[in-house]
Amino acid sequence: MTLWEKITASPMLGGKEGVISLAVLAAVIFVVLPLGVDIFRLNLIGKYLTYAFVAVGLVLLWGHGGILSLGQGIFFGLGGYAMAMFLKLEASDPLSTKIQSTPGIPDFMDWNQLTALPWFWEPFKSLPFTIFAVLTIPALFAYIIGYAMFKRRVGGVYFSIITQAVALILSILIVGQQGYTGGVNGMTDLRTMLGWDIRTDSAKYILYFVNGLLLFGAIFLSKYVMSSKFGMLLLAMRDKEERVRFSGYDVSNFKIFIFCLAAMMSAVGGAMFTLQVGFMSPSFVGIVPSIEMVIFCAVGGRASLVGAVYGTLLVNYGKTVFSETYPEMWLFLMGGLFISVVMFFPSGLAGIWDKYATKYGWFKEKAKPVKKLEVSTSEGEAQAVLTETSPETILAADATGVAAKKATRKKADAMPAIESNKMRGAEA
Amino acid sequence: MSNTDFVLAVEDLTVSFDGFKAVDSLTMYIDKNELRVLVGPNGAGKTTVLDLICGKTKSTSGSIKFNNTELTKLSEHEIVRSGVGRKFQNPSIYENLSVYQNLEVSYPKGRGVFGSLTFKRTKEVEDRVRKVAADIMLTEFLDMESALLSHGQKQWLEIGMLLMQEPELLMLDEPVAGMSAKERDQTAELLNRICQNRSVIVIEHDMEFVKKIAHKVTVLHQGKILAEGPMEKVQADEKVIEVYLGH
Repeated sequence: MTLWEKITASPMLGGKEGVISLAVLAAVIFVVLPLGVDIFRLNLIGKYLTYAFVAVGLVLLWGHGGILSLGQGIFFGLGGYAMAMFLKLEASDPLSTKIQSTPGIPDFMDWNQLTALPWFWEPFKSLPFTIFAVLTIPALFAYIIGYAMFKRRVGGVYFSIITQAVALILSILIVGQQGYTGGVNGMTDLRTMLGWDIRTDSAKYILYFVNGLLLFGAIFLSKYVMSSKFGMLLLAMRDKEERVRFSGYDVSNFKIFIFCLAAMMSAVGGAMFTLQVGFMSPSFVGIVPSIEMVIFCAVGGRASLVGAVYGTLLVNYGKTVFSETYPEMWLFLMGGLFISVVMFFPSGLAGIWDKYATKYGWFKEKAKPVKKLEVSTSEGEAQAVLTETSPETILAADATGVAAKKATRKKADAMPAIESNKMRGAEA
Repeated sequence: MSNTDFVLAVEDLTVSFDGFKAVDSLTMYIDKNELRVLVGPNGAGKTTVLDLICGKTKSTSGSIKFNNTELTKLSEHEIVRSGVGRKFQNPSIYENLSVYQNLEVSYPKGRGVFGSLTFKRTKEVEDRVRKVAADIMLTEFLDMESALLSHGQKQWLEIGMLLMQEPELLMLDEPVAGMSAKERDQTAELLNRICQNRSVIVIEHDMEFVKKIAHKVTVLHQGKILAEGPMEKVQADEKVIEVYLGH
């Protein structure tokens, strides 16, 4: 068995098609974009990719678990703020803050008449603690919210609304507690991490690649979860929660876990956001950013991990281009985009890709063994129908299909690279 | 309540919804390897009795003992894990999973969060899935998306999902609803087969079908037991004829 065969045989990666889609995404993120755009744009794309962590988490939570959280900004923000606290402390050494009435504390504290560092800021002087906090505090917060709601069987729309309320509360809290959080301006003027200047071009390149690798880590972790029995149970719960419960599973624990995992991913995205963008503010915590993140996921395809990444890139690219010219119009446009995706393309870009890939036979040499059959109630008849469309016949039919559509395939190859790359955001 | 030799001992069970007693001081015992059928007109409380046993509805008073363990205090998944399986009235299967996956998900290992993350499809699981699939006559359909099954096959699949858990007590709510005559016969055979080493409670309206499977019949009316005993005896009971069989 060659390595290629071994990789494509892994159910975790989703077969040949899944491996190709991951490889294309890796090529786009690690080769095409870094070579194709300047560092200013690449840094911008790096920023977009930090939202992709949230979108990937939402694929698990919403796409597979059927739990729509409209408050993922909470966790993105908590992760981002944890990292910002560390960087802010490092930027506030007594020497560079000597003009303050209390040197050595962050500038916004000084402006708000604080004379000592609050106790909960102390541990953020340590980078290991900060990383630990990024991974655990948002997950712990998600655990508390999840436990309180899922154990009481709060679900569906009610869950979404409550997450939204929590996002609003948190952003109001951050704005209100100016002395501790930097208020509405957030934490700005972040400079170095352990003495390493994060504002230089080389640092931005490095952070971009670290971010990309972490994103792939999140995708692989999600793939693992989805291919396990846990993933199957998520789908089962989305479909028939009662049946899962009466098959001996404590449904709430599964929901809490997936909510925490999605929160943790969002938090890593938030921390990477702070590092790449150099500040963190409440405008990434509240309701609007949280809903935006859901839209990224919906546009890409809420069931597709790779699709969610493309969706994030595409919507953010649109936002940047469009809001430069018509800033007021953007929110309306995005609202319209969300409605039209939900109404006409519920599976997003990934769904569109799947449809055409199946139609023209791109990467789809092996048809799914399951076809829409008209199964009659009589077992004998049903069997007859099944044998008629046995996998072999489907395979054969598809092979001729592939040959016949070679021309179409060529045409597809001739598509502008970026266009087809975007479309490859589908997976099995 | 004292301990008994019965698999299931329901004693003095009452549930009231805003004063309306859906089940009223019900006492019923199910033996090992018994197949009991609950019959009764609509609204007699048949489904509610199953809901109470499996924990979907909490009782107002009374006791349900399964192998002398009190069930009324346990949560749903704990009741299932103690060995009670429940099939719902409408076929309740995971339509977006294959038949194989439906059965595999119901395998009683890896039931915790981390257990399910590390669950492996071992030979044991595979064998069990194939065995159950053969029992429920769905071997040819293992790889098919279960949404594409016929209504009757979906009913069988749900029974199969319960069999995967090897419950000691199996409760089936109208298992032959919507089935063709042939499928009904096959289901009767299936039920007679699977009650060899477990107790089964079936809710059913179709008296022909009941005759084929029942060891004993319990007739419910307005939350109370109207009659109980072998089919012939119950059919001859005048009260039963009046409220149920007569029309």
